[in-house]
Amino acid sequence: MRVTFEVNGRPVTADDVWAGESLLYVLRERLGLPGSKNACEQGECGSCTVYLDGVTVCACMVAAGQAHGRRVRTVEGLSSPGGGQRLDAVQEAFLEAGAVQCGFCTPGLLVQADDLVGRTARRGLGVPGDAEIREHLAGNLCRCTGYEAIVEAVRLAAERADAAVRGGAR
Amino acid sequence: MEFLSPATWEEALAAKSERPDAVPIMGGTDVMVEINFDRRRPPALIDLTRVPGLREWRADGDGVRLGAGVPYTGIVDALGGAAPALAAAARSVASPQIRNRGSVGGNLGGASPAGDAHPPLLATDAVVELASVGGVRRVPAREFYLGPRRTARRDDELIAAVLLPAPAGPQRFAKVGTRNAMVIAVVSFALALDARSRTVGTGIGSAGPTPLRAPGAEEFAAAEFDWEGGAPLPESAVHRFGELVAAAARPIDDVRGSAGYRRHALAVLARRALARAAADYREGGARCA
Ligand SMILES: Cc1cc2nc3c(=O)[nH]c(=O)nc-3n(C[C@H](O)[C@H](O)[C@H](O)COP(=O)(O)OP(=O)(O)OC[C@H]3O[C@@H](n4cnc5c(N)ncnc54)[C@H](O)[C@@H]3O)c2cc1C
Ligand code: FES
Ligand code: FES
Repeated sequence: MRVTFEVNGRPVTADDVWAGESLLYVLRERLGLPGSKNACEQGECGSCTVYLDGVTVCACMVAAGQAHGRRVRTVEGLSSPGGGQRLDAVQEAFLEAGAVQCGFCTPGLLVQADDLVGRTARRGLGVPGDAEIREHLAGNLCRCTGYEAIVEAVRLAAERADAAVRGGAR
Repeated sequence: MEFLSPATWEEALAAKSERPDAVPIMGGTDVMVEINFDRRRPPALIDLTRVPGLREWRADGDGVRLGAGVPYTGIVDALGGAAPALAAAARSVASPQIRNRGSVGGNLGGASPAGDAHPPLLATDAVVELASVGGVRRVPAREFYLGPRRTARRDDELIAAVLLPAPAGPQRFAKVGTRNAMVIAVVSFALALDARSRTVGTGIGSAGPTPLRAPGAEEFAAAEFDWEGGAPLPESAVHRFGELVAAAARPIDDVRGSAGYRRHALAVLARRALARAAADYREGGARCA
């Protein structure tokens, strides 16, 4: 079957998609977007996290046909909303806090962290506490870092977003 | 394999009737695992995510009509007051990403004895609405689970909604697992006190071939409970309640826990749930008075 949807703001089409194929497979193997990682294919690790119509999901748990006509945003779409090359604020914070080791979990964590910052600090609702950060990232496994630096990175990103929102409000 | 994308409920029912062996897919959090791992190769998938209304809930009489496809996140956000035990169970499912997709309809469709929605639906006497081209049937959750992953749903039927009665007293849900997130229950337990009918409802998860009730424990607690004042139950009664709940379970040894551990943990969960629900009842009564 043919599946057409929007990825990171641009329309894409994949042909000869098998009915049981996942959105993750289509992104990685047919559309040349390998940012979303395939680590478990069973919803356990979160490394394939993407936005589907603005809501974070495991792309390995979405049938490709379910994405037809919908909006998808992947880790590749975080950095360049305007087409630029700059990293976005959450990515910067991960770098600064040393939250990346092998990097396999990172794309999924970035999308899920972006979601949390978007739901809290960027909306003027303040910086989430550690418990809230850990809860929001509970579906993203990392085998390297021990999570401390990741939580630190998310806090940093949220603090900056919070400061920006408050600065803008004055 | 074919991928069917009905745009209306009528089309979905027609597809299921023509192809009873086609597998519905909503959140996909059970179906896609089976497909990704080659455990299932159905002749067709019926995507229900485009059917209008399945992802909505609305007031229905005193209670709530929960569309089969409402994701757990929606239940957590909106139904904490209208369906406290189910909302607590929804909160304990998997991770945010899975809760954004997974649905009660999918939990009922798969009917794993470990599914977290089942104990609250049993305890609160919820009703499952099934539909086919032939019409609509309403089956109480208490009559829905027939055997290991076998339910009252016929092959030509889809799950349309779950009818959640308005709570008439405190409700509790508790679950034992190895982590605070992303765990399939080792055991789970739901309790609902109904002050109107002066009955107690229970639901047991992950401790038998199907989700179970503990009818003996329900009758015992209903008889012992002080429905006027909600006085704390004597320690011995709380203990007996735990024993009766554990006795109703039919657990097995598996990778997640032994039968003995499950019975023990269930008794502990049941005792805590009853004691806490009684305390909630007293507080609620004091507020109303
Ligand atoms: C990582 C991970 C963690 C999980 N943790 C938990 C947990 O903690 N607790 C828990 O209970 N579950 C858990 N699950 C299992 C799963 O998320 C739940 O069972 C969920 O409720 C399934 O809903 P869904 O919409 O994704 O179902 P789907 O996968 O779309 O469907 C599941 C089954 O129901 C059928 N079905 C779906 N909708 C209908 C309908 N309207 N009518 C008829 N049949 C239908 C499908 O054909 C299929 O057989 C987990 C799954 C994963 C991947
Ligand atoms: S690859 Fe999708 S959750 Fe692990
Ligand atoms: S950095 Fe290696 S898995 Fe997280």
